[in-house]
Amino acid sequence: MQAEEDTLERLVCEATVEIKNTDGLHMRPAMQFVDVASQFDCDISVSNEQTTVDGKSIMQMSMLAAAYGSKLKIKAEGADARKAIDALSRLVQERKFDEPGPGQ
Amino acid sequence: MDIKKGIAVSPGIAIAKSLIIDSEDYRIPKRSVEPSQRMSEIQRTRNAFRAAIDELTRLQAGREATEQRKIKDIFAVHLRFLHDRSLRKEITDLIHSESVTAEYAVAATLREIAAHFTRVKDVYISERAADIYDIERRLLRHLLGRRREDVNHLTELVVVVARELSPTQTAGFDKEFVKGLAADAGGRTSHAAIVARSLGIPAVVALEDLTETIRGGDTVIIDGNRGIVIVNPDDETLRQYQEYSLDFLKLEHKLDAIRAKPAVTRDGVKITLLGNIEFPDEAEQVLQKGGEGIGLYRTEFLYLNSPVEPTEEKHYQAYAQTISVFKNRPVIIRTLDLGADKYTQSKRFVPEPNPFLGLRSIRFCLQNLTLFKTQLRAILRASVLGKVKMMFPLITNLQELMQTKMILHDVMEDLHEESVAYNKDTQIGIMIETPSAALMGSTLARDCDFFSIGTNDLTQYTLAVDRGNEQVSTLYSSVDPAVLRLIRTVIQDAQKAQIDVHICGEMASEPEYIMLLLGMGVRTISLAPPMIPEVKQVIRSVTMEDCNGLARKILGMNSERQIASYLRDATRKILSEAF
Repeated sequence: MQAEEDTLERLVCEATVEIKNTDGLHMRPAMQFVDVASQFDCDISVSNEQTTVDGKSIMQMSMLAAAYGSKLKIKAEGADARKAIDALSRLVQERKFDEPGPGQ
Repeated sequence: MDIKKGIAVSPGIAIAKSLIIDSEDYRIPKRSVEPSQRMSEIQRTRNAFRAAIDELTRLQAGREATEQRKIKDIFAVHLRFLHDRSLRKEITDLIHSESVTAEYAVAATLREIAAHFTRVKDVYISERAADIYDIERRLLRHLLGRRREDVNHLTELVVVVARELSPTQTAGFDKEFVKGLAADAGGRTSHAAIVARSLGIPAVVALEDLTETIRGGDTVIIDGNRGIVIVNPDDETLRQYQEYSLDFLKLEHKLDAIRAKPAVTRDGVKITLLGNIEFPDEAEQVLQKGGEGIGLYRTEFLYLNSPVEPTEEKHYQAYAQTISVFKNRPVIIRTLDLGADKYTQSKRFVPEPNPFLGLRSIRFCLQNLTLFKTQLRAILRASVLGKVKMMFPLITNLQELMQTKMILHDVMEDLHEESVAYNKDTQIGIMIETPSAALMGSTLARDCDFFSIGTNDLTQYTLAVDRGNEQVSTLYSSVDPAVLRLIRTVIQDAQKAQIDVHICGEMASEPEYIMLLLGMGVRTISLAPPMIPEVKQVIRSVTMEDCNGLARKILGMNSERQIASYLRDATRKILSEAF
C-alpha cells in the first residue's frame, strides 16, 4: 500500500512492509536497511506498533528487532521519497534482505 | 562519617584516600564543566569519534585471512555504530543541555544504549551490548589519552573502591600505592579477596552500596580484620585506628622474625611451606615471608590480561621470571584453570547453563589443543631453568590423565625434533578437586608424580555448595566430616603409592586447621604468602604426636560444628602460648 502527498515541495511517501525472512530484522539486515536508506537524501522513519525510529540510524533500527511476519511502516519525506520507498520495499519484501524465507 | 559492614577477606588496616574505579577500568574524572566550555567538549567528542573511526578502519584493513573475518565483521559493526549520526547527536545534545564533560556524556549515553540493547529479546541484538561497551572504551581511551587517571599510574597512596574487581584490573595495580581494597560485590573467594591476600593488603567485600555513598578523594579506613569500612572518619575514630594499625604492624613484625627459622614441629618433623602466586612479581614476596618455593603458580592472568591469546613467548617470559627468583627451589606451574568466566564464555562458545560443571580447566584445554600445547611448550622450555613441576587441574578420571600425558608427550617429541632443550624428567602432578578423583586416588597415583589437593573446589563439589552464594555459603566448610574423609583417603593413597601429596587451597592458610592437616599426614602445604609466617608459627609450636592424636579424634566426629569448635579451642591454646 502506498500513499502520496504533495505538501508544498516536500514529497511524502509511505509504505507498510512485512518482514519475510525467517530470522527477521537482526543485525545484518538492519545494517543493510540503513545502507540503502542512507543512499537517499530524504528523511526516512520506520515505525512498529510502539515506536518510530530514524531509518538511517543503525542504533535505532537495531532496536526494532522486528520478527518474521511483523509489519513496519516506512515513511520518507523529501524529493527522492518515492525512490527511497521503492528501494526499501524491494529490499524488505522482494529481496527479503537476501536471506531465506520459511521453508527455504 | 559513614560506617559500612561487609565481609573481611584480607587482614590488616589501611587508611588512605579512595580511588573509585568503574567496571570498565576508567575513572571518569569530572562530571560538570562551565557552560562556556561546552563547545570545546563537543569538539573533543567529534575528535574522539574521528580518531576511533580511523583506528578501526586501520584495524579492519589489516585483517584479510578467513579466520580473522569474524573480527573484521565485528569492526564493521563498530564502525557502523560510530558513523551513526543519531548517536553523536545524542552525546553532543547531552553535553549542551547538562554542561558535562565529553567523557561523562559518552559514558552515560552509551551505557543507556547498552542497557536498551540488553532488554531486547532477540539474542543477536542483546549481544551487541558488549559491542557498545567496547565502543565506549575505545572512545574514552581517545578522550582520556595521556590524562588517563587509571590505577596503573598512581602518585599517592590510595584505597581502591569498585563495584567488583576483575582479574584484568587488579593485574594492573601499582602495589606501592594501592593500600587496600573495598568492593560492593564479592565474597571470601572472589578475585578481589585472593589478590588482596596475595598482596598482603586489607580488603573488605560485599559492601553492597559503597560505590554509591563514597566520592573519589574521600578518606577511607579499611578494617580487614573486622570487615568494616569507614568513610570520612571523625578525628577520634581516625586516631583510634591509627593506633590499632600500629599494633597490628607490630604483630606482623614479630611474625616476620621467624622468617628464617625452619618449619619444624617441636618433635622434629619438617613441613615444607610453599607459596601460591598469580603474578611473577609475587615470587619475591614468597621468599620474603619464608616460603621455600611455589606450590601453585596460577597461570590464568596471562589469558585474562590481554585481548589476544598469549603467545608461547609471553608464557615463557612469565615463567622464566618467576623461576629466576627461586633457582633450585621447586616451582609448580598449573596449566590453565579457567571456566565459568568471561574468557571461556566468550562469543566463540554458546554460554553454558552450568559452567561450574562444564567445559573448564583441563577439559577446555583438551578441546583446544593449540592453546594447550602452546602453554605446555612454554612450561617445558622453562623447565631447564630450575626445578619446574607441572600440575593439571580438575582431572576427574584416569582417561583424562592419560590423554593429557599423551599430548604432553607429543609436545616433548616436537621440541626434541626442533632441538629445543627441555627437562624430560619434569614431574607431573594433578590437582585432586573432585570427589571422583579423590575416590580414585589409588588408580591416579600410579600415573603421576604428586597430588595437590585443591580443598576449595573439593569442598564445593563434595558438599554441592556454591561458596559464592551467600544464601548457602554457611554450608561450605573444609572441615566438614565428609570432606575430611575424602582428604584422608587421598593422603593414604598417595602414601601407599609413595608419591608426595600437597594441600593447596584456603584450608592451608587457616591456622586453626594446620594441626589437623599435619595429623592426617600432610607434610607439604602451599598457601598465600602473607599467611606463611603465622602458619609456620603454629607448626613450630606443636608436636606431631599431638597432631596425630587430634586428627584421630576429629576423624571420629560427625558434626562439622563440633569439629570446628574443637579445632578453634585447640589452636587458641597453642597460639596463646606461642605469642
